[in-house]
Amino acid sequence: MNWLLVVLGGAAGAPLRYLTDRAVQARHGAGTPYVFPWGTFTVNAAGSLLLGLLTGATVSTPVYALLGTGLCGALTTYSTFSYETLRLAETGRGFLAGANLLASLLVGLGAVFLGAELAGGFGGPGV
Amino acid sequence: MSTQDPLPERPVVDPDVDLSVPAQRAETEGPGKWRVLAVIAAGGAAGATARYAATLALPAADDGFPWAIFAVNVTGCALIGVLMVLTVERGRITHPLVRPFLGVGVLGGFTTFSTYAADVSGLLARQEAATAMAYMGATAVAALGAVWAAAALTRALADRRGRTA
Repeated sequence: MNWLLVVLGGAAGAPLRYLTDRAVQARHGAGTPYVFPWGTFTVNAAGSLLLGLLTGATVSTPVYALLGTGLCGALTTYSTFSYETLRLAETGRGFLAGANLLASLLVGLGAVFLGAELAGGFGGPGV
Repeated sequence: MSTQDPLPERPVVDPDVDLSVPAQRAETEGPGKWRVLAVIAAGGAAGATARYAATLALPAADDGFPWAIFAVNVTGCALIGVLMVLTVERGRITHPLVRPFLGVGVLGGFTTFSTYAADVSGLLARQEAATAMAYMGATAVAALGAVWAAAALTRALADRRGRTA
């Protein structure tokens, strides 16, 4: 049962990341030479916030499998984040690479704490 | 010859989708849109399932270090390096659904940032600050090292084959 829920959550999370990334990039204006990976930054922060809410609320195992492991897991990504950071670094944009790394870590961590606080705080067995 | 990237105006940096690449910008146009979204969903389901299997097979260590997610993220970062070089960078693989399926779907669904952040938070909340910092730092260093090494190796192999072919 949990397997199926992970499958469903993953099948929703990956397209959601793709579409969100497109929307964020489009908002930043076609043709403007923006280079900071705002799209991936946004999905990673949003997914971390949602996962914080789930852990703070100590949801049931099936709900966590669907929304936590499946949806949040696939909505967020480390592979895209790392390749983007690499490309920034090797195209002479070391500052942006470092900023992306630090900001993603800090904001992701902060988003989890914020979500958990909003949902009732850490301390439950779900964390 | 392989003198790449003389500081491009706008480097292709986003493996999920990069709207500065015309072919990728057009992925959601016309009836092909649903095929792209379908392969991303299928890949995401496969990647998430593989990650779930890894967490069941390799539970956290006694000190709470989440080895399964660590291994998943580092492996996924190495593989995205190989994939992006073979597809977008060097064009060795040209099928338009390969990046959406394997990159956006499978590897994006396999690796995770949210569980990583939540595990660090959970360790901090349980007063395991040393493990939390070690996990956060080790993942970042190993993941970036993996994508760099995999991309460099794949570029070298692709360019050597390109010269001898």
